[in-house]
Parts: sequence; structure tokens; C-alpha cells
Amino acid sequence: MSHDEHHELSFIRKYVFSIDHKVIGIQYGITALCFLFFGFCLMMLMRWQLAYPGQELPVLGKLLGEEFFPGGVMTPDFYNSLGVMHGTIMIFLGVVPLLVGAFGNYVMPLQIGAPDMSFPKLNMASYWIYLCGGCVMLASFFVPGGAANSGWTAYPPLSVTATTGQTWWIIGMVFLITSSLLGSVNFIVTIVQLRAKGLTMFRLPFFVWSQLVTAFLLLLAFPPLEAAGVLQLADRVLGTSFFLPEGLVISGQQLVQGAVPSGGGNPILWQHLFWFLAHPEVYVLILPAMGIVGEIIANNTRKPLWGYRPIVYSSIFLGFMSFIVWAHHMFITGMGTSLSMFFATTTMIISIPSVVILTALVISLYKGSIRFNVPMLFALSFLPMFAIGGLTGLPLGLPASDIHLHDTYYVIGHFHYVVAPGTIFAIFAGVYYWFPKVTGRRMSEGLGKIHFWLSLIGMNGAFMPMFFVGIAGMLRRGYDPAAYAANENLLGMVKMSSWSVWMLGVAQLPFILNFFMSIVAGKKVSANPWEATTLEWSAPSPPPHGNFEAVPVVYRGPYEYSTDDRKDDFFPQHLQAEA
Amino acid sequence: MNSRRYTAIASVLVAVLWLGFATPLLAQDTAAAPSFDVELTGDYGYHLPPNIAPEGTYPHTVDSLIDILHYFMVVLFVGWGIFFVYCLWKFRQREGHKADAKPIKAKASKYAEIVVAIFEAFLLIGLSIPAWASVRNEFPTEEENPLHLRVVAEQFQWNFHYPGPDGVFGKTSPAFLDLATNILGIDPADPNGKDDITATELHIPVNRKVIADISSKDVIHSFAIGVLRVKQDAIPGMRIPVWFEANRTGNYEISCAQLCGNNHYSMRALMIVEDQGVFDAWYAKAAEGPEEFDEDELDD
Repeated sequence: MSHDEHHELSFIRKYVFSIDHKVIGIQYGITALCFLFFGFCLMMLMRWQLAYPGQELPVLGKLLGEEFFPGGVMTPDFYNSLGVMHGTIMIFLGVVPLLVGAFGNYVMPLQIGAPDMSFPKLNMASYWIYLCGGCVMLASFFVPGGAANSGWTAYPPLSVTATTGQTWWIIGMVFLITSSLLGSVNFIVTIVQLRAKGLTMFRLPFFVWSQLVTAFLLLLAFPPLEAAGVLQLADRVLGTSFFLPEGLVISGQQLVQGAVPSGGGNPILWQHLFWFLAHPEVYVLILPAMGIVGEIIANNTRKPLWGYRPIVYSSIFLGFMSFIVWAHHMFITGMGTSLSMFFATTTMIISIPSVVILTALVISLYKGSIRFNVPMLFALSFLPMFAIGGLTGLPLGLPASDIHLHDTYYVIGHFHYVVAPGTIFAIFAGVYYWFPKVTGRRMSEGLGKIHFWLSLIGMNGAFMPMFFVGIAGMLRRGYDPAAYAANENLLGMVKMSSWSVWMLGVAQLPFILNFFMSIVAGKKVSANPWEATTLEWSAPSPPPHGNFEAVPVVYRGPYEYSTDDRKDDFFPQHLQAEA
Repeated sequence: MNSRRYTAIASVLVAVLWLGFATPLLAQDTAAAPSFDVELTGDYGYHLPPNIAPEGTYPHTVDSLIDILHYFMVVLFVGWGIFFVYCLWKFRQREGHKADAKPIKAKASKYAEIVVAIFEAFLLIGLSIPAWASVRNEFPTEEENPLHLRVVAEQFQWNFHYPGPDGVFGKTSPAFLDLATNILGIDPADPNGKDDITATELHIPVNRKVIADISSKDVIHSFAIGVLRVKQDAIPGMRIPVWFEANRTGNYEISCAQLCGNNHYSMRALMIVEDQGVFDAWYAKAAEGPEEFDEDELDD
């Protein structure tokens, strides 16, 4: 691979239109972190309306303009737009690109000892298509009527009859899905084809396994949504009615699609196609996060992951099962007993591999020698947070209890515990953990700890109240919770949640500061500052084009910590045993 | 090293201040609560809403399932949490302590997982499926003399369509629809439709089963009566029946649980549960056609 280093590239080819997986990974990382913060800001705006319904938004209310903030008070339409865009941006533009695009792209080829991805140009294409999709989404705020406002689930007929923003949303989604598809093919081929000599499948770090399963989920689950998106686009602009039943009457007027009254379609079809993607998507959000946490826990307990094989088998099983649970999102559509029984049973079954993985990660702590550095703090708190998220999934997965809890704040609390203090904490853990590999410098531990503790409090302060108000029956997607007399006693808890969200916003400042300061002024560290065993740490920090100085050969499993009587308590995968 | 410790202590202090003082104060502050046109019956707060269904019907199974699940979750989480915290403390890195890489046999966790799986199976088969079957399949028979009505959702109100004294619904079609006079599109030529009642408040008699067919004119809504644990999406093009029974009179709220547009948040209706006598009087009066009466009043 030495020929890679010889030709000098222009600035643009090297840093902008690069085909190096590391540059693309960084591009993904920075872009997605910006989107993540932007999506979070949208939520901070929404929380004002929830805590102080109908009151003027201080300062910003006037700045955001009369169209969406008449007299400084948010309109319901804008609130709904914020809801859609918060969900879409966080999932499709923030978390998945970070887990797969950034960590997957940067770390995975290094961990398998590859010089790059199998298809570097495809890799570059998937970043630029993703960026286009993101721009379309952002631009949709400025079209007449504002951004999409029919829920991130975009249920027809509401979405078909909504303002122009919805068309932009679909087009944006088509870009994002295309980008994910290109990425997933690339990941699968790379992991199968480009592993270093000696790196058998069961010597792969768990993170690589999680990326492999995730890539299959993306590859198989996204196409139905892309097709469904195109059908919805056709309903909106070509006058078809794939999702529109007969006799729709909107505000007293019969809906006419094209030249004929609407008819023949079925709105439930969209829900099936949508959730056929969106449930595997949950595992796209959680598996790589588990992968990151697994790496960090093995490294910071200084012992091998407990139950490596069961963890791997569980992730594969999780991947399969995630394709046959989707309709548990749709119990309330009027599902019959046998169908709901099937989906409730598969839902209970899918909880088992998740419990196996979580248990294995916790048992891994037993008899370890635990270092409490910042990546480890985030990785450790992932465990109880994900446990809360997982447990609260039970009453939602059982159709009977779901009757009361469906579409309440309980659901919001549940999936945010999985994704926010769950996945996003894993993302932070990964950022602190691999930052030295990317920059050759460490992030500040002090600022990192402030960031960690404040985030932990903010997350729990924001999401824990949602279980209480959810059980009390407060419904989600409500612009003004005070519109229902039954919510009268719940408004205090809503306010507490809002203040915690804003506190969480403040808690990100140390991270932003730390991130940028450490790029230029962080403490310089060696190639392997965490004394880790996996291959990425055998490359220089930052790794040069082509990654490794010599072609790596692998001699052992991924987590050989404290396993024999060597002087060091870790035995890197690429070192040959001394005779 | 010391500065790191200080940051950790400072962070924990903020945690105590935030969780211990700031948030409880906020949680008590309900000053912004608006006043409503009606007083709701029952006690609402940080717990399940009142349940006005008769004992032994599915809404009570829903409640017990929610209760059992939360006890179960707390037990699991606390047990698990104790082990977690114990590990963090016992196996922290320190002088003279080394990790032991020999794989341990975790029998306890295996048994715990099996117990959890069995318990989940029990909840599913023992409680959830029977309750769901009751919701979907065990509709009241005609001998039980249920009240039939239709619920037609539209942006952003609930319309309740009663068949009137003759017990037969008039034919409806979008062709006859008029927002001011005929919001459900009842065929004026159909004699069965003459005594039909159209209302925006749901009146039901106490202690009598009700079968309601849920549908929608425009987009998907979700018909939710919190106090009866009823939730059913109102889907255009489909007419989906639900059944319920209330055993306590009073005023309750009906809400829309599925995002249906900009005024979704206020798509609220009143449910009035009243004694059979009061209900009959309202029914007879409403069947005479209150619309014309209203129009006369407007003209004056």
C-alpha cells in the first residue's frame, strides 16, 4: 500500500472531495454533530411552548418572524414542523450518520486492518448524497407553509394533504436513504473482503460485528421506505391515491386527486411500509452504540468481554427478529387478536437478545479493574439508561397495556431513554475514546467530567417526568398540554422537564469547548493511549493515508486483557507471541 | 489530578441542587393551569386517570397489567442496579488490585433471564391476550341492549351520530354533506335518517354497554377516552367498532391521540355519563332536530 503515500493531492481532493475513509468519517462526524445540535435546539424551542403555552418566547420569538411567531408566540403549525424536524434530524441526520457514517467509516476499516473501504468513491458519494439530503431538509423550513408538519412518521392522508414542506421532506428522505444504501453495501463488502490476515470472523471486535449487522438492516429495511416515499410523493404531486381511500372530505370539500375523486388506496399500507423500516431502524440506532460501549468496557475493565460469542449471536438474532416486530407500533389501528398476538409474541422474544447483550456487558465488569475515565463514564451510564429504555418497552409491547399508553408521553420517555441517554451517550463515549486516534491529542478529562455529570442529570430530568405524565394520560404531539383539563395537575412536571432540557443544552457547552480546544491544544498522546488491543491502536495517530505502516497480521482475539503473565496487562491483536 | 476531583465534586453538587431543589419547585408550580368550562369528575394527577369501567372488564385488566409491569420493572432494575453499583465499587482500579480474566460462570444471570422470560410469557398469555380478545371479539350481544352509535372524526372535532328512536341509521354519503346543516352527509330522502341525532358531545347512559363505530372523514385521528381506557384510531375508509361501559356518572374528556393537523392539540370533546332517565330525555329532545330550533334563535 506504499504507493498510496507517494502522490500529493490538492487541498480539495484531500480534505473536501476525499475518498479516504478517515476524511469521510470526519466529514460525517462534524456534519452530523452539527445536525445533532441543531435538532436539539429545535427541541429547546418546543419545550418553551410546552412549559409556558401561549406565552411569548423571550428574545427569539420576535427574531423568528411573524409568519411562525405572530406576536412572539409559536403557531401550532410551526410546533408540528419542529416536531417532525426534530425527529427526522436527530435520527436520520444526526445519530445514524454518527454511528455508521462517522464511527463506522473511521474505525471499522482500522479495526479490520484494511487500508480503506472496498469502494472509496462510493463512500465519498454516500457522504455527499447525505449532505444534499440534509440541505433539502434544512431548506424546507423556508418553503411556503414551512417544513413538513405531519409527524416524523408522515401518516397519510394528513401528509398527502399537507403543505409543500412535506414534498421536500420526502425528497430529503430519498437522498438520505440512497446514501445509507450505498454505505451499507460498502460496509458489508469491506468487512467480508478486507479483513487482515488472521482476522477470522470470531476475532472481530464486537464493534465491527455490530456494524455488519447494522449494514444488513439498512440494506434490507430502507428500500421499502424509499418505495413508499416515492408512492407518497406520487400521491402528492401526480394525483395518484396509493394511500387515499374513497370519499375523503377535507373541510367539507371532497378531495379530488387529479381529475377524479380520491379512492382505492389504504392509509394503513403506508404505516406497514414505514414501520417495516422504522423498527429495524431502532436497532440501527442501538447496535453500533452497544458496539462502542463493548469496546470501551473491555478496554477499561482490563479484561475480555464476558460472553463474546453469545453477544455476537444475540446481535445477529436481534437483526433477524427486528424485521418481524414492526406492527407493534400499530396495535391501535384496530388490529385483530391473532395478528396482535403474533406481534406481541415476537416483541417479547426480541427483548431476550437485548437482555443477553446488556447482561453480558454488566457481567464483564465483574472481577475487572475498572478505570473511570470519561469514555468509560459515558459507556457505563449507557447501561442503566438503556435498561430503563428497554424495560419501559414492555408495557408498550403488550397490546393491552399499550391501549392506555399508546401515543402518550410514556412512549416519548421510552424511546428517548433508548436513544438519548442510551445511544447519544455511547456516541459521546466514542468521541472521547477515539478522539486521540483521530487527532493524536486527548480531550480534557476535567471538562469531560463536567459534561458527563451535567448531561446525566439533564437527560434524566428531561425524560423521567415523561413516564409520570404519560401514565397519567398526557398525549404526545400536543401543542398545548393545558388544552385538556385532565392535564391540569401535570403542568408542573412538564415545566421541570423543560428546564432540564435547557440545562442539558448548557451542559453541552463544555463539550463543544473541549472538542475544539483539544484539536489544537489537547495533550499529545502516543498511538495507543488507552493501552488497547484492537488493530486501530497499532496505527499511528492520526493514521496516514493507507492507515498502517506495515500490513497487519492478526494472531489472537480482540480483547486479550490480563490474560497471561506478560509485563503489560494487554496483548494487542497484531503482536506475535514471544517464543 | 486534584482539579479533576474538584470538577467531579462540583458536578455532583450541581446534581444535588438541580434534582433536590430546583426541579421539585418547578414540579409544584402549576400556576399556569387554565380554567375550563366544565369540571371534570374524578381525581387526576401523577397516576393512572380514574377508571370508570365496571370491575372485571378489560379496562381493569389494562390497569393491573400496567401496575404489575411497573412493580416487575422496579424489582428488576433495583436488583440489577445493586449488582452494577457493587461491581463499580468492588472492582474499581486501585493499588494492588488486578483484573481477573478467567471467564466466570454466570449461572445466576441465566436463571434470572429464564425467570424473566417465563414471567413475560405469563403477562402476555395470562393478561394481555385475554384483555385484547375482550376488546376486539367480546362485543355485547343484542340481548344486553347495547347503545349503538357512530363516531365520525374530522379536523378538528368529534361528531357523534345516534340512530334516534327508530334505532336505524340514515344513509350517509359525502354528496349530501354540508358543514352548516348536514355535517355527516345524511341522505335527506331516507326516512330512517329523519330522527338521527348529530352531536358534538358524547352522551351515554350509565351502566349500559355502548358499541361505537369509529371512522373519519379526512385524516387519521384516534378516539381516546382516558377514563375508559379506550383508544382506537379513526381511519378514513374504515369503520372500526369499539365497545365500552361506564359505571359512574359525570363529565369526562375525549381526546384525539393521533396527530391530525394544526389544531390536533385541542380536538377535545366532552363525554357526559348520565342516568338512563336523563339520557332518554336528552335523546328524545335531540331527535326532534335541534338544528332548526337553533336557527330560529339565531334569526331573532
